[in-house]
Amino acid sequence: MLEVQGLQKRFGGVTAVADGALTLREGELLSIIGPNGAGKTTLFNLISGLEPPDAGSVRFQGQDITGAVPEALAALGIARTFQHGRVFGNLSVLDNVLVGAHTRLRAVKPALPLLGPLLEMALAALRPPAVRAEEAALRRDAEQILARFGDRLLPRLHQPAFSLSYANRRRVEIARALALRPKLLLLDEPTAGMNQTETAEMQEVVADLKRSGLTILLIEHKLEMVMRLSDRVLVMDNGRRIAEGLPQQVRNNPAVIEAYLGHRHAGAEPVS
Amino acid sequence: MSAWFDYTVNGFVIGNIYALLAVGLALIYGVANLVNFAHGSVYVVGAYIGWAAITHLGTPLPLTLLCVVVVCALVGVAIERIGLRALQGSSRIAPLLATIGIGLVLDQVVQLVWSPDPRAVPMQVPEWRIAIGGGTIGALDLLIAGIGCSSAAVLYGFLRFTKLGWAVRATAQDSDAAQQMGVDINRVNMAVFAIASVLSGISGLLVGMYYNQINPAMSFEATLKGIVALIIGGLGNVPGAIAGSLILGLTESYGIALFGTSYRNLFAFVLLVAMLLWRPNGLFAPRRAAAPEPMVGTFIARSLPVKLPRWVVPVVLLAAALLPLLNQPYLLQIGANSLMYAMLALSLTLVAGTVGQVSLGHAALLAIGGYASGLLALDAGWPVALAIPAAGLITAGLGTALVWPAFRLTGHYVSIATLGIGEIVSLVILNWTGLTRGAIGLGGIPPLELFGVDLGSVQGTYWLCLVVLVLLALLQLRLLSSHLGRTWRAIRDDSVAARSHGVGEDRYKALAFGYGGFAAGISGAITAHVYSYINHETFGASLSVLALTMVILGGMGNVLGAVLGATLLIALPEAFRALAEYRILIYGVVLLLLIRFRPQGLMGTV
Ligand SMILES: Nc1ncnc2c1ncn2[C@@H]1O[C@H](COP(=O)(O)OP(=O)(O)O)[C@@H](O)[C@H]1O
Ligand SMILES: [Mg+2]
Repeated sequence: MLEVQGLQKRFGGVTAVADGALTLREGELLSIIGPNGAGKTTLFNLISGLEPPDAGSVRFQGQDITGAVPEALAALGIARTFQHGRVFGNLSVLDNVLVGAHTRLRAVKPALPLLGPLLEMALAALRPPAVRAEEAALRRDAEQILARFGDRLLPRLHQPAFSLSYANRRRVEIARALALRPKLLLLDEPTAGMNQTETAEMQEVVADLKRSGLTILLIEHKLEMVMRLSDRVLVMDNGRRIAEGLPQQVRNNPAVIEAYLGHRHAGAEPVS
Repeated sequence: MSAWFDYTVNGFVIGNIYALLAVGLALIYGVANLVNFAHGSVYVVGAYIGWAAITHLGTPLPLTLLCVVVVCALVGVAIERIGLRALQGSSRIAPLLATIGIGLVLDQVVQLVWSPDPRAVPMQVPEWRIAIGGGTIGALDLLIAGIGCSSAAVLYGFLRFTKLGWAVRATAQDSDAAQQMGVDINRVNMAVFAIASVLSGISGLLVGMYYNQINPAMSFEATLKGIVALIIGGLGNVPGAIAGSLILGLTESYGIALFGTSYRNLFAFVLLVAMLLWRPNGLFAPRRAAAPEPMVGTFIARSLPVKLPRWVVPVVLLAAALLPLLNQPYLLQIGANSLMYAMLALSLTLVAGTVGQVSLGHAALLAIGGYASGLLALDAGWPVALAIPAAGLITAGLGTALVWPAFRLTGHYVSIATLGIGEIVSLVILNWTGLTRGAIGLGGIPPLELFGVDLGSVQGTYWLCLVVLVLLALLQLRLLSSHLGRTWRAIRDDSVAARSHGVGEDRYKALAFGYGGFAAGISGAITAHVYSYINHETFGASLSVLALTMVILGGMGNVLGAVLGATLLIALPEAFRALAEYRILIYGVVLLLLIRFRPQGLMGTV
């Protein structure tokens, strides 16, 4: 489904990704682990079109998407969350999720060149029944997605996102990504900053998504969660893949242990 | 041949003057990440202090310079200490907006102290000129070049060899790191503002001598020219600013030689916009260098909109509708004025508040609307009732097309670009004589009428404006409650996240500017028919700033707030007629207080 080859990205003198390569089959969950600064987030940015790669290629469902703009990739069904959380702070929880469903707007967005935007504005003002029905359907869907998080978010449907707790903002971000009905979901450290209960909940949500057949690329520091969820694990260090395989194989790979112990940092606990 | 020599000397001298401005802007940008819009106002202060010292105290040149240096240094310190320091924790564009307010206040103080009339600065250098190869160089040219070069040398020495200079450079490189190394950022900022203000003030004095005339209105142009030079050289790049200034001075001088004086500023602003689009990091930065700082341009305080009881709006609306029955023409006049401004504020609150594109050139949309409607009525013989909506549509299209290239810019760059585009519109109106009648302006614009019903009376105007405003406000509220509202606000809050969810930024910015252009165009068109005469200065940049103040006062993005802000700022100064003289001063102070104490405005941001 996703095929990444030879991706490279430099920032000034720093090579963030030296040789990004991975393949992902439909329905699979691949975790990317590695010390801070290994280039994981940058790899996500390259795949999701936030930054153009200096070299290499990305193919999605057989189509070359190297260097495509993020809005085009969203239209193809690639959704992502951000490591440091990027909810729309002034929008309500519901509106955040509805923006996530933007690519699914049909009735209000006639696919015509030039006239399309004008019609969109007119339809937004007039709201014929088809437009209202579409909006109502998206809204119901958004509430269903939010229900995945129990009663964490549902009671706060109309609160602005800036008033939410940190963990809730992360949940909103995942809900927003799901509203796109993605074929491929990229999750960048979804449990960062969460306590144990919250982490366990999040793990359950991700496991649920996996069971529903969604293809997922996961960056995660909490190895226990990685071991439980992943079909395969890819280990990065210094912008390169240093190991890849089944969770158990990776866990005992000396190069991996070396990479983790070699960098002392807070985020990832060494493999135990 | 000799003429070219003179144009070169002239360009070089003007370039030196710009350099004194731009170096200060670059230093301030370097340490505070801020484009200082009050810079030209300090320049005017410098010019007037110099003038006052010479005329009242009879000071010789060195003493005149000393007076300017001392006063401007104090002004700079005051700007930093009183105006900006408290804003360090607020949104990135807050200090920029604050410098606009500070500029307004300084300009008004100068006007109140020395009157708005131009003054002649006595020449303090001998009148001789040396002939060189067919052209001539005067003593003043040499003085300006001398001051320019010695200022550069002193500045270099300061930055290179003093402890404070080292701290300035460290802060410019990485203020967090500098702070950790024990640099007192506040002291650095203060020193930089003092130095920049001194250079700016000297520049003002020299300009006064060079053109033998000063007036308070010079400040805006000085700020703009400094910014153009700064952008050419690259934000925060001090040597770049000097080079940029010389390039700008020479371009202008040769431009005047080739095309005439009225094109001079057009060159500067076209250069500005072109630089922003193609080389936003300046001529001297590598093309693909990362943008200097992720400057988030929104001025959105986290707040919930104020909820009014349900009856308030209908009751106020009813009262407004019944106002003409009081039979008070003066009151109605003010009412009609407020309503026209409210349309402008609606438009700007959408663009600057809802979509977060803090436009500083919004008045240009009024100008386009006013000229479009006036010309349709005058030259094409259209009935007014058709000309006004047509003008709205023309402004929507033209306005969107003009800012389209700036859609990819963010933050401060949007503000600077829209300012430049606004100035270009006004200069094109001035120079496109065939269409716009140029400097003469557009006179005899027919009064308001609706299919034969004369609305030229105060009552008629008021009614029409009220109806149009209510319709526009309802339409805007309707759009805000649709998917467009959340999409616009998503772009404002985080355009990267919005794009990652499939929101095409350009499309929605264009729709916002289209609607904004429509509302502003209608406002401009009605204004034109009410005034019956407009020219290229009727809708100047000060109007853009006033509109922004209204919008911030009401609460960014808040429709009711925009109407309230416009009404308060137009009606209140009228209510206190004794304050008429201080009107703009009040606007400046209101803007400053809002930014500092109530960034969410009266009604809250949406
Ligand atoms: N926009 C950027 N500009 C400069 N350097 C960057 C940028 N983004 C990432 N880097 C650098 O690239 C390297 C990889 O970063 P990142 O991809 O965030 O690592 P990870 O997500 O694995 O912790 C780091 O050294 C980081 O400093
Ligand atoms: Mg990361």
